[in-house]
Amino acid sequence: MKKVKADPKGVLTGAHYLDGDFAIAEGALAAGCRFFAGYPITPSTETAERFAERIPFVGGIFIQMEDEIASITALIGAAWGGRKVMTVTSGPGFSLMMENIGLACMMETPLVIANVQRGGPSTGLPTLVGQGDMMQVRWGSHGDYQIIALSPDSPQECFDLTIRAFNLSEIYRVPVFIMADECVGHMHEKVVIPPADQIEVVERKWYDGPKDKYLPYKPDKDLVPFMVKAGDGYRFHTTGLTHDERGYPVINAECQDWNVRHLSDKITKNADKIIKYEEDQIDKADVVVISYGITSRVAYRAVQLARKAGIKVGTLRLITVWPFPEKRIAELAKKVKAFVVPELNLGQIVHEVERCSAGQAPAVLVSHCGGWVHDPEDILKAIKEAAK
Amino acid sequence: MTEIQFSGFGGQGIIRCGLITGKAASLYDNKYATMTQSFGPEARGSACSSQVVVSQDRVLYPYITKPELLVSISQDAYDKYEPELREDGILLIDTDLVKARPARGKIKMYGIPSTRLAEELGNRIFTNLVMLGFFTAISKVVTPEAMKKALPGLVPQRFLDINIRAFDQGYQYGLETLSKDQKKS
Repeated sequence: MKKVKADPKGVLTGAHYLDGDFAIAEGALAAGCRFFAGYPITPSTETAERFAERIPFVGGIFIQMEDEIASITALIGAAWGGRKVMTVTSGPGFSLMMENIGLACMMETPLVIANVQRGGPSTGLPTLVGQGDMMQVRWGSHGDYQIIALSPDSPQECFDLTIRAFNLSEIYRVPVFIMADECVGHMHEKVVIPPADQIEVVERKWYDGPKDKYLPYKPDKDLVPFMVKAGDGYRFHTTGLTHDERGYPVINAECQDWNVRHLSDKITKNADKIIKYEEDQIDKADVVVISYGITSRVAYRAVQLARKAGIKVGTLRLITVWPFPEKRIAELAKKVKAFVVPELNLGQIVHEVERCSAGQAPAVLVSHCGGWVHDPEDILKAIKEAAK
Repeated sequence: MTEIQFSGFGGQGIIRCGLITGKAASLYDNKYATMTQSFGPEARGSACSSQVVVSQDRVLYPYITKPELLVSISQDAYDKYEPELREDGILLIDTDLVKARPARGKIKMYGIPSTRLAEELGNRIFTNLVMLGFFTAISKVVTPEAMKKALPGLVPQRFLDINIRAFDQGYQYGLETLSKDQKKS
């Protein structure tokens, strides 16, 4: 992995007052993204607008595509053309992208997709918040594969995590998702963009060996194969079909086993390096609130109230949602009375908490269908109940 | 923590009021400020609002719950949002555009003909800046220096001077209103 300083051309150093959507665009430009293909959809459109406005001054390409299927397909092509690439979308557009998200995983293509979540299903609540795509991002395309998903809780984190998303996608040659939500996407807060020489970006692992020896799917020591740029004179084949190290289809059980396990292993075996979470007052906690995105901020207000009432409550905020921090949850499950999991859906991440807890501590869901954030009082009530 | 709501009809620069206030507080007054806006199906001409939560500490819950400062530049907005104002809150209205009922409870109400003053400056498009100046003087949540520093980038550069003049005029009107208010009491 080659780390370099960010290209100053894309870095808008300084303190700004930005919404989360704009901050995602700035994060992408700072990370070196120079190709964006997308189709506008509320509440993610502002990211596309900002990117389109800024990219002529930075140097790169913005294309408004005919739909989200074309958008993700263009990303795959541009990534193989050597660019760092991204798109943004929301529920309905995300559903359209699912098939080719699988293709990107199978072709081991680095790309970044931000989903600024709104209420669903279907067209649902175009202008209002939701967190209902957390399982879709993990399982939405068919077959077995692994992805990485991050969840920002503020415009500042939209900026920071977008850079991290690009870095992770380059390290692991995998689609990385920024699972934001309408509230974080549309709220304005201070965003500090550091000088370019303080931003670390990861360069793609380019192959520079003999032209006739290149194997696009031969795992390196870190399990991740080298890439080449289309047009640089390497002959290679890539496909959505089950393939061998050369990238040619091999349609049998042995190759399927090798191919699919590899897609999974490169993420699961590096999970400790990918997973990030933030904990507070967790050591002596009776109850731990597990949350992500905007809900973590609302939950924290409930936690403050609970602490005033004398309850020992800790928090664990998921910054990386996928891969899931299963070891940490299993560890905590042995010590705490219960987990409280507020989500803007009818229960998604709570099932992961339950799975990892394996019956050692109950996971109490505080559900909300979206359209607004939780009333902190509802979370407080669940914390009080769980502490009994 | 202070919860502020700006309201009026679409096109009056209501969202801009929230942006300028939030930027001023968080970038130049070293506070935390989270700005959100109503993202309903509102179109130009109907009631709209922007909300800012200003705090010494990090803002957790991003929305206002019971605003203590409400600015209304249209009758619809006043009718829609006034009932949500805190009992001991401050209400600022455009006296030409809003026909207000007597203030509830301990609410303090202050008025300014912001649209008329803006027209006298040459264009009613400056109404929001006149109102922001007035708001700054009365509320004292954000310093006038910070507000003016926040303007570049949020108003067109070629109209920066006249926007500052509009702000100053509203600010001055606010100071005079406050001193009259003190003499009365």
